[in-house]
Amino acid sequence: MSAVTATSNAPAEQAPVAEEKAGVWSYAKDYGRRLRGGELGSLPAVGGLVVLCLVFAIARPRFFTPINFANLLTQAAPLMMIAMGLVFVLLLGEIDLSAGFASGVCAAVLAKALAEWGMPWYVAILMAIATGIVIGAIIGFLVAKIGIPSFVVTLAGFLVFQGVVLTLLKEGTNISIRDTVILGIQKSTMSEAMGWAFAAIVILGYAAVQLYSLVNRRKRGLVTVPWQIVALRVGGLAALTIYAVDTLNVNRAVALGDLRGVPNVVPVIASILVIWTFVLRRTKFGRHIYAVGGNREAARRAGINVDLIRISAFVICSAMAAVGGIVAASEAASVDPNTGGSTVLLYAVGAAVIGGTSLFGGKGRVIDAVLGALVIAVIINGMGLVDWKAGVKFIITGGVLLLAAGVDALTRRRAAASR
Amino acid sequence: MGTPLLELRGINKSFGPVQVLRNVDFSVHPGEVTALVGDNGAGKSTLVKCIGGIYSTDSGEYLMDGKPVHVHSPRDAAHLGVEIVYQDLALCDNLDIVQNMFLGRERRSGIILDEPSMEELAAKTLAGLSVRTVKSVRQLVSSLSGGQRQTVAIAKAVLWNSKLVILDEPTAALGVAQTAQVLELVRRLADNGLAVVLISHNMNDVFAVSDRIAALYLGQMAAQVKTTDVTHAQVVELITSGRSGSLGLVEEGAVA
Repeated sequence: MSAVTATSNAPAEQAPVAEEKAGVWSYAKDYGRRLRGGELGSLPAVGGLVVLCLVFAIARPRFFTPINFANLLTQAAPLMMIAMGLVFVLLLGEIDLSAGFASGVCAAVLAKALAEWGMPWYVAILMAIATGIVIGAIIGFLVAKIGIPSFVVTLAGFLVFQGVVLTLLKEGTNISIRDTVILGIQKSTMSEAMGWAFAAIVILGYAAVQLYSLVNRRKRGLVTVPWQIVALRVGGLAALTIYAVDTLNVNRAVALGDLRGVPNVVPVIASILVIWTFVLRRTKFGRHIYAVGGNREAARRAGINVDLIRISAFVICSAMAAVGGIVAASEAASVDPNTGGSTVLLYAVGAAVIGGTSLFGGKGRVIDAVLGALVIAVIINGMGLVDWKAGVKFIITGGVLLLAAGVDALTRRRAAASR
Repeated sequence: MGTPLLELRGINKSFGPVQVLRNVDFSVHPGEVTALVGDNGAGKSTLVKCIGGIYSTDSGEYLMDGKPVHVHSPRDAAHLGVEIVYQDLALCDNLDIVQNMFLGRERRSGIILDEPSMEELAAKTLAGLSVRTVKSVRQLVSSLSGGQRQTVAIAKAVLWNSKLVILDEPTAALGVAQTAQVLELVRRLADNGLAVVLISHNMNDVFAVSDRIAALYLGQMAAQVKTTDVTHAQVVELITSGRSGSLGLVEEGAVA
């Protein structure tokens, strides 16, 4: 009896939403409307990735070999880390130009801790990340409390940290990394079985989260994504993951020996991606980051501690830069004055923007950084295979970044106009 | 008529040498729309900010439900059930309706945001106000029209079991149809038993929805009257000269 009343009451209470049907067709129509309204999401990045891969695969069949696929992932890894942190700062409509050299400073701290102070790897990693947190706190304080524009603070930081790296490395020596754990992040792989276990965790975990949300919302009579779409998402992720793990489990050693398995850095990236996505999407802190990025005054009136949010975003950004520095040190097996320098920062900002994070604040996701970094890694890697000169590479990468920023600016205008 | 929900007695407020509010008495009753009118600089905004706890008063009494209270911060006002909907809507474009309505007061289970229960409550609140103009509560605010945004801002104020909702020029930027929608919503708030204060420059709006009119003139309360007892012309006179016939500020008239 009571169940009957409950079901008959539900539609009346849900008047504003009840009209929307949960069909695939209306979902597709809604998606189309959002696209036209300027909410492109990660569509440009995924599209770009597919096109670039096809172009390079046709130009150089070598592009699609397992060894190149593994190289792509490890090349993109440091970039992904720094870009994931930058997303937080970009969400506030700020910028961190110092993230590249901040990662250099943290990498130098790591190298010194390992090589000169004889610390175990975990202490060295903690010290590097702590350095990142301190750097972020200083930048955040100067921006939020003193009120210096982040562009200027971090431009100064860009120079200062470059100097700090030089000083730490005694004016230009380089320190080799010999610790096997640190080297293993980029250089070692998981066993085949571990690779499949990882794939299973990714697929089942994603499916569980999607199903839980579907069932929970259905139970409460709320509008849900059609189950066909959920199945499509889970199926797509499963296909991709299985294909990737299968490819990486093939022996890719060039000459003798046996090199196979998923690089260790992949599960590290996946875990960090999941953690930050959870923080941004499912916690109060994440919600407040979006709010401050969308309308700082509204956030303040809603009782949000705006300064604290801004400082934390810079702390997260620099801490992630430290993680990027650690991965870069593992990749190069050494730290030199150029670690985190030259194009690292621009590529990282580019990765976030190409992935779909707005430079104007309020719009972006952590996955954007991962997808965008893949696009950049594919461009660099592919152009290397077709033997283009460094000059051409820079021009093309710069052009892609400009294109992504242009798409961002235009969709923003479109969203404002469609109101 | 019973005790007013909010009663201010003899409120004074100065900014340095400038006295903005002089001995203002103001009362608001539950279930009624009280229009607060006055020319630019008459002190409407200052009075509202004193009620909302953004400014503290220099002297005077602040009574809620007949009991004297002290309001020193917006938080105090919120605790008393006072919500202000500002003219420059305090909404985040990049968040959806539910996220905006719960901004700063999100519901959680553990550390996770409790989205389903927030969505339910937001939908229920909008339904309770008979809002049918928004298609989905998960729409981004950036995709809403001016009237819909105003609706969300008002619903946000209602969500917190507020007793007194103050609307600062809610129809100033809206077209004819949207203005009608928002006024209808204002009326419904009062019919649901809330006390509503409507600040407006538009006499048509004021006469369309208000039960009482309070006219401020140069920082003094010229008159607080029933809407049915006065005409357009009288209210305009109260706004521009502080008095109208037997209504209004007598002593100043005598000096002139």
